[in-house]
Amino acid sequence: MLTISRELHDKIIAHARKDHPDEACGVIAGAIGSDAPTRFVPMQNAERSPTFYRFDSAEQLKVWREMDDRDEEAVVIYHSHTATEAYPSRTDISYASEPQAHYVLVSTRDAQKAEFRSYRIIDGEVTEEPVTVSPR
Amino acid sequence: MAIEVRIPTILRTYTGGAKAVESTGSTLDELLNNLESAHSGIRDRLVEGEKLRRFVNVYLNDEDVRFLGGLETPVKDGDTVTVLPAVAGGGR
Repeated sequence: MLTISRELHDKIIAHARKDHPDEACGVIAGAIGSDAPTRFVPMQNAERSPTFYRFDSAEQLKVWREMDDRDEEAVVIYHSHTATEAYPSRTDISYASEPQAHYVLVSTRDAQKAEFRSYRIIDGEVTEEPVTVSPR
Repeated sequence: MAIEVRIPTILRTYTGGAKAVESTGSTLDELLNNLESAHSGIRDRLVEGEKLRRFVNVYLNDEDVRFLGGLETPVKDGDTVTVLPAVAGGGR
């Protein structure tokens, strides 16, 4: 299960809305082993594409080092789908390589109502998990 | 002196859990071959044929080696090579 604060949940959706129709992506860092997402880190989509995303490799190195220095890890890795449902695509699955991460997908295909779903992706196997949005 | 190679969580099964290991070589290719002899199987996770796999980012110090010389990138004692899984995907 993913437990995430209302504030972080809304920030992810706001980022996805802002970058629509391109896919938005980023991480939420948290203390190693805590499973608690606390620090919002929006990333550039180096592909600037409505159908693909990739963390800019230089930015990723910088962010990963920062997390290392702060004893954090990527608790949430999020991205948006802009025309399809918030379910991991084949490409998403083939790239997923952080077994500790909650892979959050947001769909912005509906301008009124955003879909927000979370998955574990381990060795190519996708498991959807419940999302609890906490007041803080 | 040697070259430090920083290993991401997902590949630490090859390094007995170590976050960083040391190796030697004059190019990245050579370095990865030497790494392979100490940590069998790791090269295949990074290299496909003659090229780096697209699922990984390899950095020499602060630079993505794709923008340097790929596997032919020269490396020297005191350098740090960092491996990170690429984070990518998409709706289609």
